[in-house]
Parts: sequence; structure tokens; C-alpha cells
Amino acid sequence: MTGSRLEEFSDMEFDVLKEISNIGAGNATTAISTMMNLKVDMHVPVIKFLEFKELAEVIGGAENVVVGILLALQSDIDGMMMFVMEKKAAESIVSNILPGADGGEPTGDRDFTEMELSVLQELGNIIAGSYLSAISSLTNMCITSSVPYLSVDMAGAILSVPAIEYGKVSDKALLIQSEFGDKALTVDGYFILIPTLDAFEKIFNSLGLNL
Amino acid sequence: MGNMIKVGMADMNTCAGADAITTLGLGSCIGVVIYDPVKKVCGMVHVMLPDSSIIRNNDNPAKFADTGIKCLIDSVCKMGTTKSALLAKMAGGAQMFAFNTDNDMLKVGLRNAEACRTVLAKNNIKLVSEDCGDRFGRTIEFYPATCELYVKAIGKPLKII
Repeated sequence: MTGSRLEEFSDMEFDVLKEISNIGAGNATTAISTMMNLKVDMHVPVIKFLEFKELAEVIGGAENVVVGILLALQSDIDGMMMFVMEKKAAESIVSNILPGADGGEPTGDRDFTEMELSVLQELGNIIAGSYLSAISSLTNMCITSSVPYLSVDMAGAILSVPAIEYGKVSDKALLIQSEFGDKALTVDGYFILIPTLDAFEKIFNSLGLNL
Repeated sequence: MGNMIKVGMADMNTCAGADAITTLGLGSCIGVVIYDPVKKVCGMVHVMLPDSSIIRNNDNPAKFADTGIKCLIDSVCKMGTTKSALLAKMAGGAQMFAFNTDNDMLKVGLRNAEACRTVLAKNNIKLVSEDCGDRFGRTIEFYPATCELYVKAIGKPLKII
């Protein structure tokens, strides 16, 4: 790695991260499409480094209610990973997977039932797991994750958790935005990978990028 | 009603008179308000981490409880008040995810609140009230004219401390 800070990633390193997220998003989309029994299209994920202030703006403002699913990473890589989606999108997904459980249109302001929360947790688990297996098969590293933790709250509050972790090494965070869905239902998912700086280095090293 | 001045994450600002100051979506971070109840001046800092001395990347003083509160005191004093006249209120420091691990990095909300209390005490600034901990995000607004701190959370009634 060229520098000790995230801002100093080279184009080459960025491309590697992009490729990893592309593969991860592909895996995740396949998993979701199977789970929801839908034909799901996906777009090329957008990857960017954002200032903390901008992070919440991308996800609809600091007070926008979102669903955040967080997993702690262990073994070869230490860190956290987080999947964030808007509450409305989460409502569409649960009503798709659990038809008739509630039936209402997604309004963005109802509470989730235990069952629905569990579905969302599992969804986060699958998505995060897909990204993880992409990284681990590319790099030949063993990465295990904790059970998923879920929280429904203001975007600013949810994002403060990864922001604080990033805050130790940088003023910016790495955001991977992926969009998936079919014609009737589009879900914007935001994926935030929060490895420690050492972990980034390990990923690059294992791919032969000894910069 | 005056203007609403926004304070971002790891940011600080001051405000006076009829204006109000706010920070949105506090999670494990803490919003600390320092104010002079007589002169009606105040400042707010949105700190993310407890201690700047153990972190390599510590260029931004507003990010940390120790340096952030110190800077905030200086800024508020520049508005024509003295340190001895200052009082404080704070909110935030939630644990957003219900972890059952003993991983230290996840208890940062608690540690942030503790660090803020310590720094305020060290500077002899009385912490009048606080709303910290629990598991939900908060938006706070402070009105220097009335010295009221509004704490808003999703699905909860407005709290004034």
C-alpha cells in the first residue's frame, strides 16, 4: 500500500476494490433473486470515497429512516461490514418474501414485526455473505462473520457506527452503492466495508499488489 | 425565529441570540453544547471518538471529545464570555446495534459519553443535563435564548432537557 491512509489508494487498488464489489454484488443478486423468486437485474456498483458529512446525504439525509445490518468480521480480516437500505425498500422486500403477512403498501413509517426483522437480518446475512465469499475466494483468505445485527433508525445514527471506525484512520469512508431489482421493484442498497487498514493491506498483498 | 445552524459529523459551530444550533442523527457520537445562560451565546460540537491521543489520524479537533470540547470552550469564550460562566448539556452516545460481544470497538458510545463528562469536569464546566446511552439515534437542537436542548428520536416523543 502506498500510504497509511485510505485517501492514498492508487487507481490500481481502487480497481481491485471495484472488481471485488462487482463480484460480490453479482453473488448477492443471485441469492436475492432465488430467495424472492424474481428475475432480478443489477447495475454496476458505484464505489466512492466520501467524507462523513456526505455519507448520510447519499442515503437521503441524516434523518432519513433506514435499515442497517451490521456484521463483525473475524479470522484473516478484522473489521465490520454494513448493508444499508431505505426503510421503504425494506418494506417492499419483506412484503415480497412474506406475502400476506401485512399486505399494506410500503409507507415508510410502520414498524416491522419480529418475523419481518428476522427476514431482513437473513437478507443482510446473505448479501454480506456474498460479498465476503467474493473477497475470500479471490484472496484465498479465511473470513468469518458474526451473526447479523439489525437496527432501524436515522441514517446519521446508523452510519455513525462505521464512520467512527473509519474515523480512527481517515476522514472518509468507502461506500459501495449497488442497485438491484426488477421492473416493479428497485432496491438501492448501500454497502459499507469497514476493514481495518491492515486488512486492506492484507487483501492487496494476497492479490500480489505489493505496492 | 432565527436561523438554524447545522453542525455536521466531526464538526463544530457557534450561535447566539435568537438563532438555534442543531446536529442531525447522532448515533454513538455525542453532541455537546456549551453555553452562557446570561449572554445567550453557545456552541455545539459533534464528537465521534473519546480520545485524540491514541489515534494516528487526529488532525480534526472536532472529532474527539478531549480536543473538541477544548476548542469549543475557546470558540464560545471568543464570543464575549468567560469560561467560568459556561454550562454544558449533551446527548447521544447510543449503542446502535445490540451486540453481545465484548468487542471494545462497539461500545464507543459509552466511552464517548464518559470521556465528555471527564473533559467537562476537568474544565470545571457544569453538566446541567444529558440524554445519553440507549439504542436509538437522536437529533438535537439547542436554543441559546431559552437554554433548552430538544432531543428528537424516531417514534419517541420530543424530549426537552
